Formats: sequence, C-alpha cells, structure tokens
Amino acid sequence: MKFLVAAFLFFATAVQAAQAPGTLSDPAQEARARALQKELRCVVCQGESIDESGAPIAADIRRLIRERIKAGETNEQIKDYLVGRYGDFVLMKPPLEPNTWLLWFGPAAILLLGGGVAAVVVIRANRRAHLTGA
Amino acid sequence: MTAEIGQLALTLALALSLVMAATGLSGARVTAGVSRRVASSSAMGLLVFILLAFGTLEYASIVSDFSILNVANNSSLAKPLLYKITGVWGNHEGSMLLWVLVLALYTAAIAFAKRGSERLTSAALGVQGLLAAAFLIFILFTSNPFLRIDPPPFDGSGLNPLLQDLGLAIHPPTLYIGYVGLSASFAYAGAALITREFDASWARAARPFMLAAWIALTIGITLGSWWAYYELGWGGFWFWDPVENASLMPWLVGTALLHSALATERTGAFRTWTLLLAIAAFSLSLIGTFLVRSGVLTSVHAFANDPERGAYILIMLVLAIGGALALFAWRAPALETGSAFEPVSRETALLVNNVLLVTAVATVFLGTLYPLFLDAFTGTKISVGPPFFAVTFVPVFVALLIALPFGPRLAWHKSEIAEAIRPLMPALGVALVAAAIVSVLADSHVLVAAGAFGLAGWVISASLLDLFQRRVKTAAAFAVAIAHAGLGVTLMGVAGTTLWRAETLSLLGPGDTAQVGPYTLTMGHLERADGSNYAAIRADILVSKGGEKIATLKPAKRVYPTEQQETAETAIRTNGISDLYLALGDERGTGRFIVRAYYNPLAPFIWFGGAIMALGGLTSLWGRLSARSAQPAANTVPAE
Repeated sequence: MKFLVAAFLFFATAVQAAQAPGTLSDPAQEARARALQKELRCVVCQGESIDESGAPIAADIRRLIRERIKAGETNEQIKDYLVGRYGDFVLMKPPLEPNTWLLWFGPAAILLLGGGVAAVVVIRANRRAHLTGA
Repeated sequence: MTAEIGQLALTLALALSLVMAATGLSGARVTAGVSRRVASSSAMGLLVFILLAFGTLEYASIVSDFSILNVANNSSLAKPLLYKITGVWGNHEGSMLLWVLVLALYTAAIAFAKRGSERLTSAALGVQGLLAAAFLIFILFTSNPFLRIDPPPFDGSGLNPLLQDLGLAIHPPTLYIGYVGLSASFAYAGAALITREFDASWARAARPFMLAAWIALTIGITLGSWWAYYELGWGGFWFWDPVENASLMPWLVGTALLHSALATERTGAFRTWTLLLAIAAFSLSLIGTFLVRSGVLTSVHAFANDPERGAYILIMLVLAIGGALALFAWRAPALETGSAFEPVSRETALLVNNVLLVTAVATVFLGTLYPLFLDAFTGTKISVGPPFFAVTFVPVFVALLIALPFGPRLAWHKSEIAEAIRPLMPALGVALVAAAIVSVLADSHVLVAAGAFGLAGWVISASLLDLFQRRVKTAAAFAVAIAHAGLGVTLMGVAGTTLWRAETLSLLGPGDTAQVGPYTLTMGHLERADGSNYAAIRADILVSKGGEKIATLKPAKRVYPTEQQETAETAIRTNGISDLYLALGDERGTGRFIVRAYYNPLAPFIWFGGAIMALGGLTSLWGRLSARSAQPAANTVPAE
C-alpha cells in the first residue's frame, strides 16, 4: 500500500528540454524543482500551485526555489524557509499538527466508526437469520 | 412590460408553491383526497409560471432589453446569439432561476408519474413545495432577475470571457439536473417519514429520479473536468478545487444511495440508512450551492459576493437539513425492523460499498471545509491541495475497486465465498496479465502502474464476465456491468495520465524544436489572431513523430483588455488513446515564446469512462421505466 501512496504523491515529470528560461541545467535538480513547485501554493491565487500560477510572485518563488536548490539546500530547508515567510498556507499538503489532527485522522476515524457499525449490523442480521431459520 | 410579466410569474409561482406545500403535506392524511388533487395541480401550475418567468428572461436577453438590470449587467449587443441564450444562467440571478426551473420540472414529474401511493406522492409534493417556496423567496427578495434600471444603458457590460464557451454553457444545466434531481429522493424520503410508509415503496418510487440525478451529475462532473482540461491550459483534469469537490460529494453520496436503496427495495434491509443517505445527498447539494454561490469561495463560479445572500442560503440550509434530520430522528427509530442476512451476502457487500463511499465523502468534506472552519475559529490559514487527497482519498477508492467485483456475484441473504470467487478466476487472470504486460512496457513507476492497470483489468473484466455468465440478461445486469466497467476505464485514464505524462517547458522561436513524449515539435510562424473583444497571438507548431510530419497544431494566447484577463487556447491532438496538448505562454525576448507541451497517455479514457458510467445509469433508468407496468407482483418484500 505504501509504495502506491508514495508514488501517487510523486506526480510524474519528465522534463527534457532545458532551454526554457530559468530552468536548471542539471535534469535531476530541475525535476526536484518541478516536484517541489507542485507541493507549494501560490499565496495570492485561488487554489493554484506555484507550478501552475501565472502570478508574478509565483515566478519569483520558482526562481527562489532554483537558486536554493543550486545552493545545495534540501527540499525541507526550502519549504521551512517559505513556511517561515508565508505560514502553513503555502503548503498544498497541510502539516500534521494538533490543529490538523481532525483533518488528517478524520477519514480514518469515519472508516473505523463505519466499519464498526457495519460489523454490528452484520452480526445482528446474522443472529436474526439463524433465529428465523432462513 | 417584459420585466413585469416575469415578476408577476415569479410571484404567482411563489403563491402556488406555498399552496402546494400546504395541500401536499395535508394530503398525507388518508382522508384528504381533495388536498392531494390541489397539490398535484399546483405542481403543474408551478412549472407553467416558472417556465414563463424563465422564458421572459431569455426573451429579454435575446432582444437585449437593457432596461432590465440583469441583462444590462451580463449581456451586450455584440455578444453572439448563442451566448445571449446561454448567458442567462451565466450570472447569479439567472442561475438561481434555472435552479428553480429544474426543481419545478422534477416536481411536475413527481405529480405526473404518481409513483408510490397517493399519500406518499402528496407528501413528496409538499416537501418540494417547501423547497420551491424557500428558493422563490430567495430569488424575489435577494436575487431578483427582473429589477429595472433607469435610464437603460445603450449597451450592456458583457459576460466573463471564460464563460463564453459551449462546454460551459451546457455544464451548469447538466449539473443542476443532478443537484436538484436529488431533491426528489429527499422529498420521497421526507414523505416516507411523514406518512410512516416505511416499506420499500418510497425507495422504489424515488429510484428513477435518483438515477436521473446520478446520470446528470456523472455527465456534469465529466464535462466540468474536460472543460478544466482544455480551457485552463495546465493539462490537468482534476484539481481538488473546492467547487469541484462540491459536485463530487453529492455524486459519492448519490452513488452510495443508489446501492443502499437497492438492498432496501429488494429485501427491506438498511431502511433507516437509505433514508438518511437520501437526506444527506440533497443536503450536500444544498451545501454545494451555498459554497459556490455565497462567495465563501471565490472562483469563476461565484458570481456574487453578497453577505445577505450568503446568510439567507445558510438559514435555508440549516432549516432544510435540520428539519429533515429532526424529522428523521423523531420518526426513524420506529422503523428499525431489523433485516436478516448472513455475513457472506449481497447485503454485506453493499454495506462495505457504503462504508467506503461514506469515508470517501468524509475525506472530501473535511478537505474542502476544514480550512474554512480553521480560519474562522483560530485564524490559522492552511491549504488542502492534491497531495492531501492523494494519500487519503486514493487508498479508499483502491479498496472500493478491489471489493467491487464481488458485490454483483453474491446472492441476497446468504451466499458462499467460493461461489463468488470461482467465476471471478478468469478476471483475476486478466488482472495479472494486464499487470504483467504493463510492468514490461512501462519505463517508469512500474509497480504502481502494474497495480493500477491490474486493478482496472480486474474491474472491467469481472464486470463483463458477470454479464456473459448470466443466463437471463436483464437491463439491470447490463447497467451494473456497464457502470462498473466505466469506472475501470476512468481508472486507466487517471493512472496513465498521472504516471506517464511527459511535460516539456521550452522557449521556442520560429524554427526551434522541442521533444515531448514520442513527438517532435517545430515552431512555425506566429501570427496575430485578434477577435472582436480580445487580442490574440497564435503559433503554428509542426508536430512530427519518427521524422514524419503528422499535424500542425495552433495554440493561441488571448488577452481580454476590458476584463484584464488572459486565457490559453490550448491545441489538443488526440488519437483516442493519448493526447498531445500544447499551450502557448508568454513572450520572452525577441519573438520567442514559452510553449508548454504535454503528452498525456490515456487521458481520453478519463472522460470515456465517465460517459460509460452515465450510459450504465441510462440503461438502468430505461430498464426501470420500461419494466414499470409489467411488474406489480415484485412489490412485496420476500417473506423469509
């Protein structure tokens, strides 16, 4: 299951041309930049990532990401820097913190609750089926 | 004069909806035969007057009657006739009028079809009357499309360019037929609670309306996704945008409802739960309307950011949902009759389906509304984007798809695991072969790809196999096989596009080339392609594959000066299996433009799958309607 989740997270990118403005010459670094862009939200747009946005600030951040990658920073360092400037709002995937527990664990809780209720329903229905001799 | 006719028609419609609410609800009593007839006539009258109001607004828009504020604000003389017609619902007031028109159509259909007992129909009309009255009051007092403007301007101020598109012209009515169609299930569920006719008859009466709503939602969501794909210029098909989520939630609950109601109809199981789902499905439609229309979310869909309207819709939402749930809490415990089935049975399979679909809905609901609540209560702003849904929604759907083929194989009440598994062995074989082939062919994401295509193979082949192995091939059997197979087809599209998309961002001047997927792109000449209300530049891009020229694509970029808006006119070449997708970006330096090129393998399957699912729904609907006169005997719950 884990591999599946991990890979769905990683949106496939095969960036071949390096002649576009501002792209990094190292394809691996460029791919990292592209992947990172998709995890960051354009702070002035309506639900667009840095990768998709045409806003000037998104272009600035795209440039900033590449400068920092070139300077040897890790993805985490870059994200931390941006979170420091813009808050958790820039992360497309909200961090796991006490105030997002409900968000992150809510679905699992519903699944467990629903599964539990369903199990009780099935057990009772089974008992009834045997009582009535169906 | 036009505005007065419209105003009068709306006022009479409001009066009739109140009459229908009162007589419909009182017609739920056994002796109130007269009330029932009045309610039924009111439903027809309501449709007539709302049609008149809608027709009046259409007329005003077509003849450009700018003395009506709504027309002056949203139309202009230069606008093509098609968009004068469709532009009527391209603004807040007109779209609410369309909403009520669809409600009136369903109401008239309920009155005309007379499914279920007389009392049930009457109570359902009563509930529809309350809904119609609430929305008509909303329109008349906060969103009146017939307000005058004096003096009238010589020309109107036009329509958002993004909305001047055929796809977007048919997308809202389709979605409304879905959203509002769920009101019929809601009304029948309410009627069952009011009349205490808790047997399966309400679910059977509501079934065609449920199906119609589900089909329309399926088509509406598919169209919306397709529109986002070709119009927004990012090559994506689903953005987990709150407005998209608002349409996905009623679809998921509607899907759960269709499945749960099946058990209720056939064996009387899950009666309470099916009632609750019917209430929940329409409630989510209302919440979607609130989210989209109130301006809580600003997007291309939010025409008005008016707090007064938002507050009214919120009050209506609380009354409708709260009222229905209170009625449910009051009456529902009385109907726990208790069904009897063994753990290995169709009933259990449908429970699994429902638990997983409800989890999926809860995930989308939390992801959509959590940021709003967190901001309102703590002031903390967070974003919930695609990466969140990838880890929460996707696993639930994978589980659903793994379990799906077993459902139709299991008999009601009591079944054997072996009996379900044995005939599915060929499907398992197909799944393994598909996974093996894909893992040999794929050059990236091999494991996930094998898993996804194995799963698609499993779902599709199991669905077809189920149909072929049945001795009696009913419309229902066809419907199940088609709808389930459609889901598998969509899965292939989603997996192929997500895993193997190739994406090239390049700066091209005339003569420059770039590679994307198997294609070589050569930039030809660039030319201006201005329209009446926009400036545009268009590129001729030569596409070749293996040294052979195969096409010239012409992506363009438009700038609408009045609206200060840029739109990408993408150029898409599809062969039915994969898409080559080009979007033209900004100019950099001298005559060189950014070109975004995407090679999207299997992208068309996403929408084919949606169309196939809708076809499955249509097959079921056709089967239901044509079998209706022939099966009075099937109405009894099998006695065990």
